[in-house]
Amino acid sequence: MCLAVPMQLQQVDGPQGRATSSGVGLDVRLDLVAGAAVGDWVLVHAGYAIAVVDEHEAAETLRLLAEIDEAMAGADR
Amino acid sequence: MTAGSLRAFRDPARMSGVVDQLHDLAGDRDFTFMHVCGTHENAIARHGLRRLLPPGVRVIAGPGCPVCVCPPTDIQQAVDLALHHGCVVCTFGDMVRVPGRLSLEQARARGGDVRVVLGAHEAVRIAHDEPDRQVVMLAVGFETTACTVAAAALADPPGNLTLLMAHRLVPPALDALLATDDLALHGFLMPGHVLTVTGLQPYEPFCARTGLPAVVAGFEPLDVLLGLGHLVRLAAQDRGETFNAYPRAVRADGNPAARAAMERAFQPVAARWRGLGTIEDSGLALREDLTHLDAATRFGVRPDPDLPDDLPGCRCGDVMLGRIEPAGCGLFGVACTPDAPRGPCMVSAEGTCRSRLLFPEA
Repeated sequence: MCLAVPMQLQQVDGPQGRATSSGVGLDVRLDLVAGAAVGDWVLVHAGYAIAVVDEHEAAETLRLLAEIDEAMAGADR
Repeated sequence: MTAGSLRAFRDPARMSGVVDQLHDLAGDRDFTFMHVCGTHENAIARHGLRRLLPPGVRVIAGPGCPVCVCPPTDIQQAVDLALHHGCVVCTFGDMVRVPGRLSLEQARARGGDVRVVLGAHEAVRIAHDEPDRQVVMLAVGFETTACTVAAAALADPPGNLTLLMAHRLVPPALDALLATDDLALHGFLMPGHVLTVTGLQPYEPFCARTGLPAVVAGFEPLDVLLGLGHLVRLAAQDRGETFNAYPRAVRADGNPAARAAMERAFQPVAARWRGLGTIEDSGLALREDLTHLDAATRFGVRPDPDLPDDLPGCRCGDVMLGRIEPAGCGLFGVACTPDAPRGPCMVSAEGTCRSRLLFPEA
């Protein structure tokens, strides 16, 4: 039930917003993420955005995974 | 960020490195980790991740499905509201089919007005649109969901909306779980979206006291594997610490606005859990200035304390505590299936039994 889907904000109108993911649009409540702006990726749970996805951290985790991949590939040789 | 970088977290080509590292870290040692999130169970089963783990690493499912831990008394009260008080009962889809003396689905078949909603905001809209009806939101879920219901409660909802409070909190349940018994655990995979709200802080004393690591992980296959890698690393060094392996969604202090909404609207109370009994401060009640929103008070519906947790033969309580695997229940897949569930673990998309039946391990 704690399923939350990353969606990108297309419109912000006070505590209401419109977000899309893979072409699917949804009206979302923004009560819990003050300051979320158009273009932000938010985690949407039960119709409410509960967090703004940190793009820098997402890139950092992917970089870390690439590093692990490289290190393990090196270890195999 | 792009949709492409989100998909990268489920890219099979990126998986071999993290799997190899997991095998390296674990060596031939045995580790048993518990996750406390139905969405983790679903991700692990759906993507077949158990097959990728080192032979000594077991991941078992704990009480991480809010629908499953919700005791039958909460459902019985909702059924009473629908059938005997003429209320519109709104709740999440999974709740409707949880069996009990009567499920909400059966109450609907008998004429009760039971409606599935995406969230509390939809119950608010129904109350606006139908001012001559009493609308009750059966409010279930952990912190992830409780903050959304708190936001709805604080946004001046219409007078014909009330809440049947059935939320549960994760930290007190972990404490109770370890107090119960015999579970030989080496650490916890923490529910990413609960910690989006709570942050890591509430679990730090717990880790320090038990000496067990707790790693918060996301829900894409790479997120889960990365989280398990950190768990093995910390457990191998006996480090009772928290670690954030899902930093794109979880900040150390969580979502302070969401927690402030919960604190403003609710206060902790003792609550009953299916399989775990009553746990102090593990549920939420409306604060005094919001008790006019309390459905149980407005309509005088009381829980029936004699209602047993499970139907005869159902072992959902044991499954939820990680005491048995779903296949250890005599009803699993035979007398209890997604079409005809006998217990909540077979109903919910997050239920361990349903995940294991739909995505069997080779």
